[in-house]
This record gives sequence, C-alpha cells and structure tokens, in this order.
Amino acid sequence: MSAHSTYDMLRHLADSWGLLLMTAIFVGLSAWPFRPGAKSLNREAATSIFKDENDG
Amino acid sequence: MVTALSRSSLWLVSLLIAVVACAAAVDTGFAIHMLIVALACIIGLIVTLRGVDLSKAILAPDQGRYDDDPIRWGVIATVFWGMAGFLAGLFIALQLALPVLNLGFEWTAFGRVRPLHTSAVIFAFGGNALIATSFYVVQRTCRARLAFPGLARFVFWGYQLFIVLAATGYLLGITQGKEYAEPEWYVDLWLTVVWVAYLAVFVGTLVKRKEPHIYVANWFYLSFIITVAMLHIVNNLNWPVSFVGSRSYPIFAGVQGALVQWWYGHNAVGFFLTAGFLAMMYYFVPKQAERPVFSYRLSIIHFWALIFLYIWAGPHHLHYTALPDWAQTLGMVFSVMLWMPSWGGMINGLMTLNGAWDKVRTDPIIRMMVMALAFYGMSTFEGPMMSIKSVNSLSHYTDWTIGHVHSGALGWNGMITFASIYYLVPRLWNQPRLYSLRMVNWHFWLATVGIVFYAASMWVAGITQGLMWREYGADGYLVNSFVETVAALKPMFFLRAFGGLLYLAGAVVMTVNVWRTILGHSRVEAPMRDAPYDPEKDRPVVAAAPAAA
Repeated sequence: MSAHSTYDMLRHLADSWGLLLMTAIFVGLSAWPFRPGAKSLNREAATSIFKDENDG
Repeated sequence: MVTALSRSSLWLVSLLIAVVACAAAVDTGFAIHMLIVALACIIGLIVTLRGVDLSKAILAPDQGRYDDDPIRWGVIATVFWGMAGFLAGLFIALQLALPVLNLGFEWTAFGRVRPLHTSAVIFAFGGNALIATSFYVVQRTCRARLAFPGLARFVFWGYQLFIVLAATGYLLGITQGKEYAEPEWYVDLWLTVVWVAYLAVFVGTLVKRKEPHIYVANWFYLSFIITVAMLHIVNNLNWPVSFVGSRSYPIFAGVQGALVQWWYGHNAVGFFLTAGFLAMMYYFVPKQAERPVFSYRLSIIHFWALIFLYIWAGPHHLHYTALPDWAQTLGMVFSVMLWMPSWGGMINGLMTLNGAWDKVRTDPIIRMMVMALAFYGMSTFEGPMMSIKSVNSLSHYTDWTIGHVHSGALGWNGMITFASIYYLVPRLWNQPRLYSLRMVNWHFWLATVGIVFYAASMWVAGITQGLMWREYGADGYLVNSFVETVAALKPMFFLRAFGGLLYLAGAVVMTVNVWRTILGHSRVEAPMRDAPYDPEKDRPVVAAAPAAA
C-alpha cells in the first residue's frame, strides 16, 4: 500500500466509522450516570469525601 | 543490613556509570549533566550510608496511617519552584522591556531563560503540586495508604532530578527546540522512568482502595498521568547523535513533526494544566466549602467531554501553515466545542458554593478558589475564540497569546494551587490553623491585580501588534517595519512586568505564611469578619428629662 493510499484510507475511516464509533462511545459514557437508579449512587459518591470528618 | 549494602552498591554503580559517561562525553553540556547525576548519586550514597532508617516508612508501613512524607516534601518543593519560576518570569519580562538585562552572556540571554521560566512554572511548580495533591487526594478518597512507598519516594526525588537537569540544560543551551518539550533525549528517558513509577504508585493505591467508588478527582488525575505519558513518549521519539552526547534528532520531520509537537503542546495544556488541576478543584473546592460538588453527573460529563474533545484541538496552533486545511479546521472545530465542557466544569465548581456564597466574603481560601474558577472560565472562553481562524489570523504570533496563556496559568493554575497549598499546610504539619488568614487575603489581591495588569497589557499589546503587522498602505506595501511594532509595545512590556512583580510579591507573602505555619507560629490578628459592636450604644434608652418650665 502506498503512503498516499494509507493516508487516504485512514482519513476516510476517521471521518466515517471512526467518528461514529467515538461519538457512540462518548454518548454512552455520558449517559451512564443518568441511568435509572444512579441518582443515589451519584449522591453517595459526591459525599464520600466527607466520611473522614468527625461531624460528617 | 543486606538492603543497606545492596542499596549502597546500587548507588555506587550508578555513580560509576555517571562518571564514565562524564569522562567520555562528546560535549560540555552532557559532561556537566553527568556530573550533576554523579552528585545526585553521591548524595543518595551518603544518605544510605548514614543509615537513615527506611524500615518504618518503606519496609513495614503502618497501614492505619496515611503516607504524608512525600506530600510534605512536594508542598515545600511546589512553593520553592514557584518562587524560582515566578522570579525567572519577572526577569525575562524585564529583559523584554530593558534588553540590557540580557547581561551579554549566552547563559542569561532571553532565549535560554525563557524555557527555564516556562518549565519551572509548568513542570516544577505545577508538576510538584500535581504529584503532591494527587498522592494526598488518592489516599483520602480511597481511604488507603499509598501503595509502593519506596517507589513514591523515588517519584518525588527522581522528578526533582529531572527538573534540575532540564533547568541547567536550558541555561547551557541543551534543547530539542520544541516548546514545553525542550529537554534532550536522556532527560526525556529519565522522566519516562519516573512517570511510569508515578503511574504505578497511583494505580496501586486505587487498586487497594477501601471505598467502592473511585471519586471523580481520581479520574482526572489518572487521565492526566496516562495522557502525559503518551504525549511525552510520542513527541520525544528522537535518535541521539551520540550516546554520550546531548544532541538528538526527531523521527518526525516537517509538517508531521509540527503536528506531533502541537498535539503534544496543546494536550500538555489540556491534560497537565487542565485535567490535573481540575482534579484538585473537584476535591479541594468541596472540602473547603464543606459541601459536595454541585452535580456529580455533570462532573462525569465534564470528564468524558474533555477527554474526547481536547485531544483533537492541537492543530489550531498551526493555522495558515503547511498543515492540510481539513486538519486546521478540525482543530478549530474541536477547540470551539471545548468551550462547553469547560464552562460546564466551571459552573459545577462555582455552584458547589450554592447556599454558601457568604464564604466568598469570609474565607479568603474560598475566594481564591472562586477566582481560579473565574479565570478557568475566562481563559476557556478566550482560547476557543482565538482558535477560530479569522481571529487567529490577528492574534497568532502576537502577545495576545502570551496574555491568554498567563490568564490561564496565573489565574487558574496558580490560584487553585495556592488555595490547595493553604488547605494542605495546616493539615500536613498538624497545626490548628494557618499562620495568617489576612496574609492569604493579601496574596489574593496582589495576585489578582497582578493578573489584571498582565492580561490587560498583553491584550492591548497583542492587538496593536496584530493590526500593525497587517497594515497595508495605498501603494500595497506593509506600513510598519517589525522594529516599529516592538517600539510601540514598550510601555505595555513595562506594565506586564509590573503585573508580574505584584504576582511574585503575592507568592512571597505565601512563602512566609507557609513557612511560619510549618514552624507552628500563629499570627495575632483581627478576624477577617466580625459583626459590629459599639459598647456606647449597648445600653437601654432613658426617657429624656422634661425641660424646666
């Protein structure tokens, strides 16, 4: 494969399936904390840093 | 005893290698560097032979206590290198205004001191702050003692050796000529070893955590460690001319080399100066405000959006160059998109104070954190705007860029680091409080006014410069010569140096405050805020006597 056709192949992969895959992974990861039942887990995580305090 | 013997022999062998490399060196710079390495080996050897008892901290650590020694050293190193870096910055700012300050020596010329300044503030000040706070936060949020205590100590001291080699190298003229990646091949290899050890200590501590969930600050720290390792290795793929010489040449050339350099350069900003410092924000702001982060969900979106977007933003450093047009546009589009998660993160940090806004008035440490977040917001708005090609055609290569970098570095990185230091020092040295809260307030105002002078003068300078460079006369020729633009900027250079002086003065106040807190002193001072009390008025009202008829 010539250098140019490698470039061409990667470039087209990047702006089609590659982009789609990355977007899908990103959307999935961002949606994850919004799944049903995650609310209490999020609150627990946010307050976990106060466990080491006496009045926590 | 066996371990002391084997450790001494390890130091001796390293010393021998350094001395041989020094003797065989093909250039003076490499010889001096090997001499510094030999000196470090001798110090290590002396410490080992004097029988410093390592058994407690390293061989049989008390798992019921946090390992805070490397963090204490890291805080002191942060303050020390901060002072060195700010001083170097003031010096080169004055050199720009008064060229006589180049002093006529090659070692003190602007071109050599400038990388000393940038590396001292980014890698020495910022890097030590990141290592120290990450060791502190990962232990507290995992509720587990640091893993691999010997390796953690190696990370601290190995990183200091990297800083010394880098800094002395710049003054000696040893450089790869890549911005923020100036150290040569052997220093790069050393940093790689130290960084892998850092990753091992951090991940090792995460693995032994007692909390089920890994707190979001650790996500940011981990992404910073992993990404910096990747960037550092790829951008420093060089081949040395001689294995006992300081010169090397990169594998990549031309526009590929430029793209790799700015992929590195911008993500050094994105992951070293943003992700790592956001980790500080996500731990220290909630702790100081005594309220959980505004939205944990938003912090996770902030995290993934930064990770997915930042890595593509680098090409905006190469607008209107030989880089393919689509790559420039891609860099610009991703930079503009970055604005959203950045502001999401800023809002998340600021809204953590929701319901406790009075702390901005009463607690100067919170005030510093709020100012840091405000500057995070400002510079993450300014950055995307400057990455737009038409704006960039005016701003690029001008002092506007310098102003932008400093509003981020002084405002965001500096302020959040100072606030974290003020949070940590009384806790690490087991003192009831800081030496003086009023001095924190002084530091806050000196730094803030300093940044205003710095950023405002550089906006004026940058836009003046950009407009003068592109000014054409009726005859179609450029109107201004380069030196005329320099002369026009001179007053701005003085104002910038004045801003830097104020910022440095603030850091001096911090150094005194930290020092005296460590010594256990407490300044007798009026509290920052108190409800007013007037004893004269604190009495019942008596009916006035009727006037004589």
